[in-house]
Amino acid sequence: MKVLTLNFLTCAVKACKSSPASHPLHPKDAELVQDELEVNPDMIVNVLPRLDWTALRTTSSELGFPPLPDQPPTAEELEADDKKLKDLHHLLLETSISEGKLVCGNCGHEYAVKEGIANFLLPSHLV
Amino acid sequence: MSRPEDTLAADVYYDDSEARKYTTNSRIQNIQASMTRRALELLDLPHPSLILDVGCGSGLSGEILSALTPEENGPHVWVGMDVSPSMLDVALQRDVEGDLLLADIGQGVPFRAGSFDAAISISAIQWLCSAESSDTSPAGRLSRFFNGLYASLKRGGRAVCQFYPKNDQQKKMITEAAVRAGFGAGLLEDDPGTKNVKLYLVLTVGGTNIEGKGDITGVVEGMEGVDVMDIRRKAKNLGGGPMKKGSKAWIMQQKGRMERKGRIVKATSKYTGRKRRPAF
Repeated sequence: MKVLTLNFLTCAVKACKSSPASHPLHPKDAELVQDELEVNPDMIVNVLPRLDWTALRTTSSELGFPPLPDQPPTAEELEADDKKLKDLHHLLLETSISEGKLVCGNCGHEYAVKEGIANFLLPSHLV
Repeated sequence: MSRPEDTLAADVYYDDSEARKYTTNSRIQNIQASMTRRALELLDLPHPSLILDVGCGSGLSGEILSALTPEENGPHVWVGMDVSPSMLDVALQRDVEGDLLLADIGQGVPFRAGSFDAAISISAIQWLCSAESSDTSPAGRLSRFFNGLYASLKRGGRAVCQFYPKNDQQKKMITEAAVRAGFGAGLLEDDPGTKNVKLYLVLTVGGTNIEGKGDITGVVEGMEGVDVMDIRRKAKNLGGGPMKKGSKAWIMQQKGRMERKGRIVKATSKYTGRKRRPAF
C-alpha cells in the first residue's frame, strides 16, 4: 500500500462517509518497504493538486519521516528542484506499507494490511 | 459459454486453481489485453494519470497501464480493487506495480472525492448483478458501486467498463444505475451481432463539453468505424398541451394507471370512450 494510495483512501463504513475524521486512515504497527521506482515527474505534477497535503503531513509524521513543509510545493518548484521531486517521489510511490493496520479516526475500524494488500471487506451491517 | 456469475459469488468462484487458470490462459490474456487497449483508447488520457482498476483480478489489465511508454502518455499509476483473495495472490506473485485492495465493489468505492483521473474495469461489473445473500440486492450493489465511483473520479474524469451482460435486461439495469448515479453514459459495442461482441460502458463525470460536443457521443468523435445511435427519448408528449378530459386518449391513460395500481379494469373494446347516440 503506497503512501500515495493511503492519501486517497477513506473509511468504507457508511456512517463515516460524512465525517471529516474518516480521512486520512492512521497506520498502526506498520512495517515499511522501499522499492526502487523510476521517477515519473508528469504523474506527480498531475496528482499534486489533488493530494490532501495536511493528510500527507500527518501520515508522514506517523510513519516517522522528517516533517514536511507547511505548504505543498508548486508544480514549478518541483520542475526546478530535482531534490524536492525525488523526495516527494520517494515518499509517495517508493514507500509502501507491507504489514500492519489502518485505523479510521472516526469509528476506530481497523483494516488489516497483509503483504501490501489492505482488506476493505466489511460485514454487511456496516455497508 | 457458461456464465460463472450464475453459479457462485466472485470471491468463491475464483479460488486458487480458477485464478491460476484464468491468468495463465493465453487466450484470456490476449482478449483482456485487447480490451484494455480499447478502453485506454476510449479514456484518451493526455498525461500519466492515477487510474482505478475495478475488479483488477490478477492485474492483467494493470500490467498494460504500467507498461505504457511516455510516447503513449504513460506509464500510469494504478490502484486495483478485487474481491477474490486468490486472484490478488496471483497478482502478488506476478509482481504487478499497482497497489492492490481487497474490497467488494458492491459495497462502494472507499476513496475520497475526486481522487482518480480515470477508472477502468474489464469483465467485472456483471458480477454485481448476482447478489449472493439475502441482505443485498443487485440494484443496491449497482447503485452503491456507481455512486462511489462517481464520487471518487475527478470532474471531467472518465470511466470505461467492459462487461458481459447476461441479457438485455441486465444491460439496461447496469446502464440505468450508472445514469442514476449522475454519469453521462454511453454504450459502445464492438463486433455487434457476432459471437465476439464486446460491450463497453463509457462514463463521464461532470464535463458537459467533451471535444466541443455537448454529450457522451463526443467521446467517440473522430474514432474510426464507430456509428452513433442516439436512442434517447425525444420530447415525451409530442402532441403538446394537456390531454382533453373525457377524450378516448384520456380514458385509456386513466385505465392504464388504474391497471398499474392493481385495480380491476374493464377490458378495452371498440366502444370504449365512444359517445352514446342521442336517440337512446
